[in-house]
Amino acid sequence: MSSHAATIRPGPERSDKPSYLTDGHTLKSWLLTVDHKRIAILYLAAITVFFSVGGLLALLIRAELFTPKGDLFDSDTYNKLFTLHGIVMIFFFLIPSIPATLGNFLIPIMIGAKDVAFPKINLLSWYVYMTGGSMAVLVIVLGGVDTGWTLYPPFSSTYSNTNVALTAMAAFVTGFSSILTGLNFMVTIHKMRAPGMTWFRLPLFIWAHYATSLVMLLGTPVIAITVLTMAIERVFHVGIFDPTAGGDPVLFQHMFWFYSHPAVYIMILPGMGVISEVIACFTRKRIFGYAFVAMSSLGIAIIGFIVWGHHMYVTGQSTYADIVFSILTYIVAVPSAIKTFNWTATMYKGSVSMDTPMVYAMCFMGLFLIGGLTGLFCANLGLDVHIHDTYFIVAHFHYVMVGSAMFAYLAGLHFWFPKITGRMYSEGPAKFGAIIIFIGFNLTFFPQFILGYLGMPRRYHFYPEEWQVLNVLSSAGAMTLGAGILLSMLNIGWAIVAGAKASANPWMAKGLEWENASSPPITANFDEAPIVTEEAYNYPAQLPSAAHH
Amino acid sequence: MSGHTQHHIVPLRHYIGVFVALIVLTAATYLTALIDMGPLNTPVAMAIAIVKALLVILIFMHVKYSNRLIQTMVIASALWLMIMFGFAGGDYLTRGWISG
Ligand SMILES: [Cu+2]
Repeated sequence: MSSHAATIRPGPERSDKPSYLTDGHTLKSWLLTVDHKRIAILYLAAITVFFSVGGLLALLIRAELFTPKGDLFDSDTYNKLFTLHGIVMIFFFLIPSIPATLGNFLIPIMIGAKDVAFPKINLLSWYVYMTGGSMAVLVIVLGGVDTGWTLYPPFSSTYSNTNVALTAMAAFVTGFSSILTGLNFMVTIHKMRAPGMTWFRLPLFIWAHYATSLVMLLGTPVIAITVLTMAIERVFHVGIFDPTAGGDPVLFQHMFWFYSHPAVYIMILPGMGVISEVIACFTRKRIFGYAFVAMSSLGIAIIGFIVWGHHMYVTGQSTYADIVFSILTYIVAVPSAIKTFNWTATMYKGSVSMDTPMVYAMCFMGLFLIGGLTGLFCANLGLDVHIHDTYFIVAHFHYVMVGSAMFAYLAGLHFWFPKITGRMYSEGPAKFGAIIIFIGFNLTFFPQFILGYLGMPRRYHFYPEEWQVLNVLSSAGAMTLGAGILLSMLNIGWAIVAGAKASANPWMAKGLEWENASSPPITANFDEAPIVTEEAYNYPAQLPSAAHH
Repeated sequence: MSGHTQHHIVPLRHYIGVFVALIVLTAATYLTALIDMGPLNTPVAMAIAIVKALLVILIFMHVKYSNRLIQTMVIASALWLMIMFGFAGGDYLTRGWISG
């Protein structure tokens, strides 16, 4: 062990330079900022709005499903509700959530840089995101869209009478904010690391974002051109995907899932980075098998690109392709399992303290385990024919994308809250909120596994009466989940205005953002440019649990 | 580091040459489309398109004169595209192999 000389620095005293929050108070100083930290806050605000919209749509869906009859909405309205829920949550919340907020805020600080490589492009990415977001809002105002978030032709390109082309353009435009962010992160991580910050000294949060950027850069152009092609077919009636015009609808699914499966890793990899940071801090240990965890991020990013056909077992895809995609899908589970085992091994004999971020991280591990393992059910060629397009799939991907990505997002928001705001939230309500969210989440989605196994198809607003008990449980869970999120948001909101002042390193954590930057950081991040002389997570061997707040 | 960071100046006539070549190849695409070559129809059109793409990438986009990092990136992107074409094409080519 190299930790005999390890110490944890309490972080700098408050600098005499203004913090990034007080360096300029005008609206212009925010809207034209090139400071990565302020851009992160802009993203945070916008993403919170979209998350709330997507969440309300989810509550409306679950309210309808309280009863077997379609009594709140007609079929057309219900189709629009689940379509908009999917589009808003995926393109405007889950994909940008961690990278655009925590990633933007933390990547330069964690590697000891003053900013990202291209600060103006960073600001541009936010405006592009807001442009795409405004188009999505316009879609809602104009009466919505009813294709499902997957926008499958020929329904989308030929038969739907809703705002499909505008939705496609919204997704197209928003994709570019993702590309710009990925490009910025990749160049920043390559070029702007502080002296001594070698690749294998990088925090795992950075490795996770590096892998995410790879997926953003290689995948997003494909979804952009796919939805654009679909819109062109719709507007100009060119036969590309519509079989009656000589096109091939399966081709759309190939291109769509070439991006949209890796997109799940855009949502989950940054979350895995957050979990690595949180577990290291609250067990006071270096992450077990650091190099394996780092490389498994790259493994997920690369193998994740060659499994997309598992969405297409029942489309008429060749049996040979089915077999190849099925095997590859089983293989992509391996790097995820490596991470889960290594996190667990890190906690073994660690000095574990159950602060709110760690509670979220523990929830993440349990939910990701269920989400990941049920993914193997879906990868199975035979079983998938039974569960395809049922609530089993809905439950599976919510365990992965909400149970994992959203819990990691909440873990990260709480963990870095004192760094971002310079204040501390109240631990009691935060922990209580986490537990309510965990209970609500499982109550919502676990019954859906059973419903799907029993054969309940997704995307219908009525169902046979014998499924009502499980649906009522699920709907009650959704209301609980909503209440827990509301409670947590109120707690955070209250702490922003009235929380106790936080020190530079309230968790006594390792990492440049805690040990070298004040809370909140100054505009240039550091008073003196840091020089790195140690490995990541170099916690002293025997230290009692974290000193608090 | 190969020190190739300064901009390579491409003479104007090279750009004009590329432009003329693209026009000629576009005409070739049109003309070959008028002749029925049976199974060769698509390969011939594709071959012309690839030559055009290479002219644009190598000369117009300066990849020929760029450093190794840029060239590696371009080749890697092309390989990635081949993954998409390869696995998607693998589906179409094997539809008859095992009856599903
Ligand atoms: Cu998938």
